[in-house]
Amino acid sequence: MAVTDSPAGGSTVREKPKVKLLNDPKFRSIIFQIILVSFLVWIIWGMINNAAFNLQKAGIASGFGFLDTASGFGLNFSPFIDYTSSSSFLSVYWVGLQNTLVLAVIGIFFATIIGFLMGVARLSSNWVIRAIAYWYVEIMRNIPLLLQIFIWYKGVLATLPIAKNSIDLGAFGFLNTKGLFAPQFVFGEGSGMMGWALLIAIVITVVIGKWSKKRQMATGQRFPVFWTGLGLIIGLPLLMYFIMGQPVSTNYPTAGNFGPKGGMRVIPEFIALILALSLYTAAFIAEIVRAGILAVNKGQTEASYALGLRPGQTLRLNIIPQALRVIIPPLTSQYLNLTKNSSLAVAIAYPDLTAVFAGTALNQTGQAVEIIGMTMLTYLAISLVTSLFMNWYNAKMSLVER
Amino acid sequence: MKNTIVSTLGVVALSVSALSASAATLDDVKAKGFVQCGVSQGLPGFSNPDSAGNWTGIDVDLCRGVAAAVFGDATKVKYTPLSAKERFTALQSGEVDVLSRNTTWTATRDTTLGLNFAGVNYYDGQGFMVRKDLGVKSALELSGASVCTNTGTTTELNVADYFASNKLEYEIVAFEKADEVVAAYDAGRCDVYTTDASGLYAQRLKLTNPADHTVLPEIISKEPLGPVVRQGDDQWFNLVKWTHYAMVNAEELGITSANADEMKGSENPAIKRVLGVDGEFGAALGVGNDWAYNIVKQVGNYGEVFNRNVGPDTPLAISRGTNALWTNGGLQYAPPIR
Repeated sequence: MAVTDSPAGGSTVREKPKVKLLNDPKFRSIIFQIILVSFLVWIIWGMINNAAFNLQKAGIASGFGFLDTASGFGLNFSPFIDYTSSSSFLSVYWVGLQNTLVLAVIGIFFATIIGFLMGVARLSSNWVIRAIAYWYVEIMRNIPLLLQIFIWYKGVLATLPIAKNSIDLGAFGFLNTKGLFAPQFVFGEGSGMMGWALLIAIVITVVIGKWSKKRQMATGQRFPVFWTGLGLIIGLPLLMYFIMGQPVSTNYPTAGNFGPKGGMRVIPEFIALILALSLYTAAFIAEIVRAGILAVNKGQTEASYALGLRPGQTLRLNIIPQALRVIIPPLTSQYLNLTKNSSLAVAIAYPDLTAVFAGTALNQTGQAVEIIGMTMLTYLAISLVTSLFMNWYNAKMSLVER
Repeated sequence: MKNTIVSTLGVVALSVSALSASAATLDDVKAKGFVQCGVSQGLPGFSNPDSAGNWTGIDVDLCRGVAAAVFGDATKVKYTPLSAKERFTALQSGEVDVLSRNTTWTATRDTTLGLNFAGVNYYDGQGFMVRKDLGVKSALELSGASVCTNTGTTTELNVADYFASNKLEYEIVAFEKADEVVAAYDAGRCDVYTTDASGLYAQRLKLTNPADHTVLPEIISKEPLGPVVRQGDDQWFNLVKWTHYAMVNAEELGITSANADEMKGSENPAIKRVLGVDGEFGAALGVGNDWAYNIVKQVGNYGEVFNRNVGPDTPLAISRGTNALWTNGGLQYAPPIR
């Protein structure tokens, strides 16, 4: 806003010239800011008030009482929350939020892996790998996302055989137009101990890692942390599995009236969205990774080679850590984009927050102002939390000058 | 998606300006010179564009009737195709003047949405369609099935009630557009397609092999479909309501689009009142006294509209059934014009 210049230079402390309060730049700037803030508050208050008044005038119900009433409709995907048609509209909100987050987290996971692989591949010295990565990026990022979702959903998954003629994937279950019917692990009594065993194995691995790093710094001797850790993480739970008398069994899908029954079901809408979202976003991440790596001076690579590091080690220990500083800020944007793009789920009947809450619930209750408001705040909150986390990670990875 | 945009715009419109849909819809309609009619995105027999882009159907004819009453010209209608999800917001925010889109009259919609239902132009009920090769004979055999339907409909609620009360398991797959529901059902994503029975017959025509599908005998709900207007504008509400009643009264009195002129010379006082020869009924509605004459002459009476759009001679081949006149044992009954 107002510019407050301090008197330049001057070694002696000069007395402040006496000015009228009205001409005091500091006082003025404060006044102007107060005026601006009160103006904004007045506008927002006016909008809320006006909306409430007009809603009442139009005879449209308002308030949040509807959240406690039973929704009356079913939803076909809710991996963690129990939901039936007698659950409340608030449950619809939670299920929608859960489905959005599940989509976003899994999408981000795959997009990051594919993106990093493709980004590194674009810089490969092998012409074939480089060309594949180049065409992947150019094709994926230049086709609109909604179209890609439709291609996966209507062009690929809808052309699978109908439930009666499911493709038998053997140990992996069945595949048909109604989705993937995979075997499900059933955790019986005593399987909780396996979880603890896994946790303990992870803790031990972390401790060993720290110890070995310290020892390497001090003595130069190396310790096979990776293989030890892998052995612990797989071995300990497996040991517990046999000690507890094999508590885990698998539930295989079997043929039912309307296609396979039992086991774990992944609906085709979810598969299509994960494929489209992660492949699309991965193309952008690949470019970000490539830019990050190229931003690291070539001298760094040469220095690493001169120290006797192999190309893989150079990339992992020298280039990537430095490149990450360039990569993380734009990567955050891509994560936020993926999360927000997940609302395109509404196009293919995946019950995400936009589809079931800002869509179905809105339509069944007619309370557009409350529901759209809640939905917007929710997306804002998800994005801000993601941003905060990535900012923290960025600060952690940034250059520490010694 | 589009719904979200419409809703958001609705929110903004409600917040920033005074409600654009002022009380006097009739004056607005007269000033702009046409009726803005909210219809479906394509449901044969109810509201469906033909190959030349002209809208036809029972619901479309109601809007044409309103235009005939207001302007004496049934062609002065503009159509806004709306999905089930976006229809109410579009009416509330004033985007359309009347919503004539196979919409079920329910208590919630009538009381909390700021809307009024102006009569019932089609008595319907919800049914199920399945592939014949599944060998299903009754809806009670549908446990474990995937059910495709439209989101934001009473259908979605009825199916949840029906499966819960009969203790059947099911998976609901709810799409926003009717065409997407049909495509998903056709591709085998679902075993069952559920909507109003009339809609099942209409949508079956769009399937790859209509003969491979059958409609189950159960009708699981009451679906009185009718035109909707905004609450708080009684003049417009009356006009839309009486447009439908005029068509029903005309059928009862034997007035058709063919004999309307000739009937003007009738000695029957009831016919004279309908056709505006006697009385000031049009003036009371805010339109010309020949309003009902224009409706019947240009659009037809209720029976003509029914037979032309969904009747036995159309591809839908629906019999009058509950939609017959009360004098023939049906439910279509109009208060007298007097």
